Formats: sequence, structure tokens, C-alpha cells
Amino acid sequence: MKAIIALSIVGIATLFTGVFNMKNRAVWVAITGLFVALTFTVQDWNTSVRYFSDMIYFNNYAVAFTSIIIVITGLILLLCSDHYRTANNTIADIYGLILFAVVGAIIMVSYQNLAMLFLGIEILSIPLYILAGSNRNDLSSNEASLKYFLMGAFASGFLLFGIALVFGATNSFNLDEIHAAIVHNGGTISPMLSIGVLLILVGFLFKVSAAPFHFWAPDVYEGSPTVITAFMATVVKTAGFAAFFRLFSGSFLEIESVWFNILWVVTVLTLSVGNLTALFQKGMKRLLAYSSISHAGFLMLALLVLSDKATNALIYYSAAYGLSTICAFAVLLAVKEKRGNDSIESFKGLGKENPFLGFFFTIALLSLAGIPPLAGFFGKYYMFASALEVNLKVIVIIAVINAIIGIYYYLRVINIIWSSPDESTADHTIQIGFTYKTVIFVSALLIILIGILPEFLITLI
Amino acid sequence: MVTVLLLLLPVAGALLLLPLKGEKAKQFALITALIQLLVTAYAWSGITDYSKVNFLFDASWIPSMGVHFKVGMDGLSFMLVLLTNLLVPFIIASTQSEKFKKASSFYALILLMQSAMLGVFTALDGFAFYIFWELALIPIFFILLIWGGENRVKVTTKFFIYTIAGSIFMLIGLITLYLNAPERSWDIANLYQANLDADTQCMVFWFIFLAFAIKIPIFPFHTWQPSTYTQAPAAGTMVLSGIMLKMGIYSLFRWLLPVAPQAVADYSQLIMILAIVGVIYASWIAMQQRDLKTLLAYSSMAHVGLIAAGAFSGQLIGIQGAMYQMFSHGIIVVGLFIGVDIIERRTNLRDITLLGGIRNTAPWFSAFFLIIVLGSIALPITSGFVGEIMLLLGIFLHNQWMAAVAGVSVILGAVYMLRMYQKAILGPENETNGSFKDLTTSEMLLIVPIVLLILGLGVYPKPILDLTESIATNFLIK
Repeated sequence: MKAIIALSIVGIATLFTGVFNMKNRAVWVAITGLFVALTFTVQDWNTSVRYFSDMIYFNNYAVAFTSIIIVITGLILLLCSDHYRTANNTIADIYGLILFAVVGAIIMVSYQNLAMLFLGIEILSIPLYILAGSNRNDLSSNEASLKYFLMGAFASGFLLFGIALVFGATNSFNLDEIHAAIVHNGGTISPMLSIGVLLILVGFLFKVSAAPFHFWAPDVYEGSPTVITAFMATVVKTAGFAAFFRLFSGSFLEIESVWFNILWVVTVLTLSVGNLTALFQKGMKRLLAYSSISHAGFLMLALLVLSDKATNALIYYSAAYGLSTICAFAVLLAVKEKRGNDSIESFKGLGKENPFLGFFFTIALLSLAGIPPLAGFFGKYYMFASALEVNLKVIVIIAVINAIIGIYYYLRVINIIWSSPDESTADHTIQIGFTYKTVIFVSALLIILIGILPEFLITLI
Repeated sequence: MVTVLLLLLPVAGALLLLPLKGEKAKQFALITALIQLLVTAYAWSGITDYSKVNFLFDASWIPSMGVHFKVGMDGLSFMLVLLTNLLVPFIIASTQSEKFKKASSFYALILLMQSAMLGVFTALDGFAFYIFWELALIPIFFILLIWGGENRVKVTTKFFIYTIAGSIFMLIGLITLYLNAPERSWDIANLYQANLDADTQCMVFWFIFLAFAIKIPIFPFHTWQPSTYTQAPAAGTMVLSGIMLKMGIYSLFRWLLPVAPQAVADYSQLIMILAIVGVIYASWIAMQQRDLKTLLAYSSMAHVGLIAAGAFSGQLIGIQGAMYQMFSHGIIVVGLFIGVDIIERRTNLRDITLLGGIRNTAPWFSAFFLIIVLGSIALPITSGFVGEIMLLLGIFLHNQWMAAVAGVSVILGAVYMLRMYQKAILGPENETNGSFKDLTTSEMLLIVPIVLLILGLGVYPKPILDLTESIATNFLIK
């Protein structure tokens, strides 16, 4: 909870660094703020306090997700500092907006009241609409912003309507009270409730870009500035799933019959559509965008299981996926800056010219592909194990087939990285800044570390 | 602790040799591998009972899931550890460091691969086994990708996807096993006690079998193999054929046959038929081949098919033959590929119709190569004979008709191997390889020990048979 306050204050402070012409320090203000917030968050471990007459409930679940979000945001801010070093004078705004978005994300993982859920989503989304368009002179960035805004508005509409209907059926916004009302009614599910739940479901599926509600995602991901794409693919997705899981495990567990089959089908679609489309991508950023859709499918397995193990699996997978994605995006940024575009071809010979980048990019991709002993593997393993435990055999097998397809296209990239460099790119040796190196190294180290020693993360809850 | 030492030594060697360059890296790798072999010999002297697990090391790894880092060696494990550590020095010594760009990475990957394969052979915890199984794939993937032949990217991708697809299905099989075991533990003894109903057993069996069948490879899961063997650098081919495919056969014994006895009883007939079909099929294709490496790839597939058939025969002699033949095949196939590599180095050719007349200028090479070829054909007094006769006997006791068909493979083997020898080594001299130099001293040092091993184990196979005898017997009692 203190983290929300701290980050709000630091966010405003960061904006002021722009006013006082200290924009070069803005990033350090922001990172210090995140660090303070992380300290506060970790202190909240095992306290489980309810704030503001039960609007926010900071239990261990919230603490775990908040920590993941803050750590990943920290890495992204480091990337920003290098990426925007030549940028115009709006740089302080960008850091401020990112911090505000993080506040929204933290509210999304800790809400106890549907009003707070809506508030969290909006606090997260509105800065993102701006951030997506922050390359003001770039047409596709503007397009991304507009698309994201329209789709986001749609999704919010669905969500709000669903919340209203659920309120009508259960007479409460509070998760526990909704749950109690549903249990109290026993087997009867009023049409109002089931329609409300389904509308909320649709809203969430939009937000986490699950198929068939994913059409906005690739364009938005591609058009947005790359660091913002990294932010969307990791922090936003993690917060979305944490909120999704919190609501459905907290309130709608007993009325599984309403949403389970739909979610099952959506999961299968998300897994397959994301992967099959990723197979044909030529741009690295688009490839990561589609693969992030299929990773959303793996995360959705946790929603189908909804057990304690699934909670841990969700936390672990989010962390593993987030770190791997950041590592991949950091390399992508470096390559794009030097070679001018992000087509997969431009990665040719990266491994031989710059073994540092090549090696760590390979680690990130292997982790995304789910090869042991990296974190991505353990995330998939744990997801599969928790699903098999409740006998979801068919969907696990579908997920396995998709994992294999995923390996194929990640492998294609690895092949290109380690093939011989072209003449045309041969002399563009990539020199990268210290912060990039730090981000790449730290995230890769964490990928390996939590992959080999996952015990800590899977016993959190 | 010796087991852990064996696992860590190559890793340490790999890390230490990274800064070295060229020939120095090779020498360092070779020294590491030789020390490893010495440690193995020391371990052998310390093993008293082959039926029990020796040098057990057990440490908790992921307590909440019951995962342990548990490694140890019984007779069967030790035999494969011995095979691995025996072959790796030969494989390293057979390479030419000057041919590789970034030689240090190459040797480091070979050593890492050695460590991962030893992990597969010694793991006594399902999860650890799976991790090692996958880990073994990463170094060979990069060896193929970076140092492979013309067509390497396509072939490597196919190889990797094939094997990893099998592995992931195996993972699902293992998880199912784990969830049905009496305790939440990945310990092998616990997994053995898993209580599976008929349907689940069938699923677990096929999922796990798929991974092993691809690795071995058993017909019809073999399509990755010939192209991979052909495109890989010589050392990569040796690792793949000499050691890596043994991972599949070994794991049949350790991780598949004991866990699903009912399914094994139901399907072993089918699998034996597939394996024997594969034997004939591979032999037939081998007869048509002109490329030495492709030919040997198919011949290897034929031999391995026979091993798989013996493993599923349910007869003591068949199972023991399969275990013994793993060892013998490893040595022979590495010998063959060393021979081919020498030919290719001298002439830049692998096409047997373009070769010929090597015998005239290189009598020593031709003589030694002949012995290895005869070992592959399973002529008496070579180690190949011991294994193959046991396998055929086992298959015969299971079903005479199958044995009759499988027996044909020995004849076919003689046909294609001798044809290869005749065309490539004998005959009139071909202008392309007129000045074929005989073996140098270092090549002598490489090939003579292999020839001695083939002959020695053919005359006196007892040391290796002893290693697995009690395991094979216990196997049937269960």
C-alpha cells in the first residue's frame, strides 16, 4: 500500500525534474522511487492488511506481483535511460507516466473491490495510451496510440457493464461479498449474474490480448516505441493476469459452469493463433508480439486450474516470462539502434560479431521457448503439472504441441543469430552502453538463477 | 561423491579452456578427458556390487516438489559412464583444431555435452533426469549449427525439433507418473511404484517411448538421423552415434520398462516388429548409398534397431545382449567414423564410387579399418559378434520368425559394409586419391586402441558382461 503512495509522489516529483531542467536525473529519481517502493512492498510480506474500508487488500499475492512488477519496471527504466538519451525534452514526462502506470498496475494486483479494479485498469491504461504515441513524429506510433485507445475504451466499456450487472445480481462490489452472495444462492445462477461475468470476462480477454480479442495487439506492439512495447508485454500483461486471476479465484470459483468452457476454448485459440501467426513474421518485434499472445495462452492455463499451485505457477510464469522478454527486448533495442531496422534478417551474424549480445539473446530465446534449465522451462513445467493435477489432459496436450511450434520459431531466430554475417552488415559491429549491458546481464542471470533454484518463487503462496 | 566429481570435471574443464586458442584448447580438452577416464577407472576399482547403486549422492533440490539431485551408478549406469568417458578422449583426439573457427568453444561444448550425458546415465531422480536429457541437446545443437556442413541450418532445426518434441511428450508422461506415485517425490523408487490404470499406463508408455524412440531412433521416427549424421562435423557425428543414442536405449531400461509393465507386455510385440522393420529398411537403404557417412548412418540405425528389438524381447539373453551391444556399438561406430574422417581429410571425398585403391598406398590404415568393418558386420572374435549373437538369440527365444527376419540383417550388413570396403579401399587406384598417405603416428595412437578394444572384447567380453549381468537378471524378476 505504501508503495502506491510512494510511487504516486515520486511520479509527480519526476515530472518536476522536467520543469527544473534536470531531465538527465529524472531516470535516477524514478529508479530510486521504485527502489523505495520495493522496500515498502517487501515489508508488507505476511501482513495482509486491508485498506480504506476493504477497497484494497494487500495480501501475499499482491506483494508477490507488486514486487515482480516493480523489478521489471526498474529494468525497463534503465533501458529507457539509454534509449531516450538523445530524446527531446519530454523525457521526464515519459518516466512520470510509466510510474503512474505502475501505480495502476499495483492497484490491479491488490484490489478487493471492483471499483478499485476499474480504477486500477484506467490508471494503468491512460498513461499507456499516451506512451504508445510518444514517438510523436512517427505515424505508426500515432496509429498505435489511437488503436490502443479505442480498443481499451471498448474493453473498459464491457468491463464496466459487466461490473454493473454483477453488482445488480449480488448487491456488492466487494470480492468476498460477491463470493458470499454467489455461495448463498447455491446452485441457481441468475441470468444477470452470468451475463455480467461473461462481460467482465470479455473485458479482461481484451486487456490481456487473448484470441479472438487480440487483433489490436500486434499493431500496437509494433507501432509503439520499443521500450513501451516491452512495458506492455511484461508489466501490463502481468498486472492483467493477476487481476483476472484474483477476481475469478476470489469470487467466481463456484460458478465455473458459466465461464469455464468459454475460457477453455479461448485458451486453445490464444495458444494456437499466437503461435501459428508468429511462424510467419519477418520482424523481430512482431514476432515477440505474437509470441507474447501465445504466452498469454500458457498463463491462461492457470485460470482454468485455479488452485493454490496455479497461483504459484502464475507468479512464477509471470516472472520468468517478464525477465526473458525484457532480456530479448534489450537486445532488440540495441540491434535496432545500430542496424536501423528490426527484421529478423538484421540479426544475422550477431553471435559471431558480438558474442555478448548473441549469447544472452540466445538465453532469452531459449527461456521463452522453454528449454531447461532456464526459467521459461520451469514455468511451463509447473503450469503443465498444475493442470495435469486437476486432470486437464486435453488442453495440456494442445499446449505441448504449441510449445513445440514455439520452439521452432525461436530456433529460427537462434539459427540466424549464429549464422555467418553478411557482407553488408559485417562492419556494423554493435557497441552497447553500460546500462544495456547491465539490464541484459542481470535479467539473463535471474533467468538462469530462478530456473535452477525455483523453490523460493513456487512456495510463495 | 565420485559421481558428482565425474559430472563436474568436464564442466570445469570446459570453463577453463574457454580463454585458450586453437591447438592449446584441444590439448587441454584432451587432458581433461583423460583425467576423467582415470577417475572412471578409479571408480571401477571401487565398485563392489554391480547390482546396487554405488557412489550415491543425494541432495534436496526443490523440496516443495520432492525433487532431489540424486545421482549414483549401478552396473548398467557405470557401463555407460565408462563408454562415455572412454570415447570422449578418442573423439577429441580425432579432431583437427586448426579446422575450427573458435576451437575453444567447440571443445567446451563437447565437454559440456559429456557432462550432461553422464547426468542422464547417473540420474536417479526423474526431474533431474529430464533436465540432463534436455541439457545434452543444447551443446550438440550448437556444434551442429556452427560447425556443421553446407545444409546445416535446415538439418539442425529438424533434428532439434524432432528430439525436443519427443522430450516434451516425455515430460508429460513423467509428470503423470509423478502425480500417480504414492508420494510427491521424483525419486526413481517412488516413480516405480506409481499405480496407473490401464489407460493412463498406455498414455505414459507411449509418451515416454516417443522420446526414446526418436533418440534411438526406431523406425518410423528416424527421419532426422541420416541427414544429421551426414551434416554434422565428424566429432559431432561420433558423439551422436557413439554415445547420445545410447541415452535412448539406456533410458528404456531405466525409465520406461519398469514403470509401465502392463503396457510393455501389450505393446512390446508391436515395437519389436517396428524395430525389425527398421533394421531391414535401414540395411536396404544402406546398400544403395554412395556417401560414406550416410551409409554408416543407416548401418548404425540397423544395428540400433536390433538392440531395441532385443531390449523388448523379454528374454534374459536378449536384454543382456542389448546392454552389451550398446557398449560394443559405441566403440565400433566411433572407430568407423574416425576411419571415414581420415579418408575425408586426405581426399576431401566421401563418395565410395570416386574412392578406391587406398589399400595400395596405405596398408596399415586399410588393415585396421577392415577390422573395424568386420566388427560392425559381427564377425566372430570381434565384440560385435558377441552382442549380435546374444540379441538374435533373445529375439529367437521370443519369436522364431522375427529372429529369422532379423537374422537377414546380418547378411545385409555384410553386403553393404563389404561392398563399401571393396569400392572405397580396394580396387584400382582412383586418380582423385592417388597419393593416399598411410596413418601418421598420432592417427595410429587413435585407431589402434579401438581395434584392440574391438578384438579384446570379442575374445573376452566378461568384464563388460559382468557389469550388467545382475541388473539384467533383476530386471526379469520384477
